[in-house]
Amino acid sequence: MSGALSRGTLVIDVERCKGCELCIPACKPRVLTMTTDKRNEMGYFYPELEPGCTACHACALICPDFVFQVWRYDEAVAVEEEGSER
Amino acid sequence: MSEILETATPPKRKAKLVDDFEPSLILEGKHQLCAGCGEPAALRSTVEIIDELGLADRAIGVFGIGCYTSFSPVLDLEVLQALHGRAPSLATGLKRVQPDSIVFTIQGDGDMVNEGLQEVIHTAARGEPVTCVMLNNGVFGETGGHMTSTTVLGQRTKNTLEGRDPKQHGFPIRMAEMLAPLDGVAYVARGATNNAGNIFQLRKMLQSAFEVQRDGLGFSFVEILTMCPTGWFIQTGEAPDYLADKMASYHQPGIIKDAREGA
Repeated sequence: MSGALSRGTLVIDVERCKGCELCIPACKPRVLTMTTDKRNEMGYFYPELEPGCTACHACALICPDFVFQVWRYDEAVAVEEEGSER
Repeated sequence: MSEILETATPPKRKAKLVDDFEPSLILEGKHQLCAGCGEPAALRSTVEIIDELGLADRAIGVFGIGCYTSFSPVLDLEVLQALHGRAPSLATGLKRVQPDSIVFTIQGDGDMVNEGLQEVIHTAARGEPVTCVMLNNGVFGETGGHMTSTTVLGQRTKNTLEGRDPKQHGFPIRMAEMLAPLDGVAYVARGATNNAGNIFQLRKMLQSAFEVQRDGLGFSFVEILTMCPTGWFIQTGEAPDYLADKMASYHQPGIIKDAREGA
């Protein structure tokens, strides 16, 4: 992952998600993964974000439940440094 | 495995909001449709294009009957509810008494092709300057998932459990190809919502269709292939490939007619 940049990030409203997984292949940088152990209030698995989002908003366009809010950073940040200071 | 980011709150870094939870012109995004449905993405694209073209103040939607009808009360647009299959005729009346308005219909394949086929054909043939949007998932989703006239050969539905057989159930109708030769029709295209690339293409088609109406060039029609994993008896994650393999090989996406100059 060295040298890769995070150009944006998401806010994920996990309680809206119905676990359809359409966002997983839609994500070109492959930074969305479904939970395998955590479920939301409705009982569905939901997507989680790893560093490396490009803010392309493909996930938001295909999501049937409007789960994603997409933000584009003013300045891109190295994925190693994004971390908790998101 | 990479670390998982905390995504419950907006970022502290300086950033610009690209896409909010609720798309523009949709007031309440939470709905009761099944997981993996393709219709919210299709509706979202339609109303966002209306907003992008600056037509929201003049736009009036006419909704048919289907799962998508649950969106009619939450749109920040004027919406009329038509009887099953009659939306194009209602749209015709609206457009004639308010010629400056932008009138579009939202119908499913069951609503448009089974219940009200003659309505859309006559509206198209007369060249009424309205935009008809058909959400084609090949099943009557709302009433239980039985076969419609666009169900492709071999497709399993509630009443074609062994797959649609042309000897018993007849052949499907290709709606876009049927309307395109009519003289009053200015624009016909078929898009799909099974992946982000197709949604970007679809948005261009919707933009062209509304531009055709805005410029008074005639009838415009956009068919949108949408996923219905519940009606197709498959997992939600398999639905995009099912759409590409089964539906899109019969109902092929693309621009089928564009009568504008230079197109």
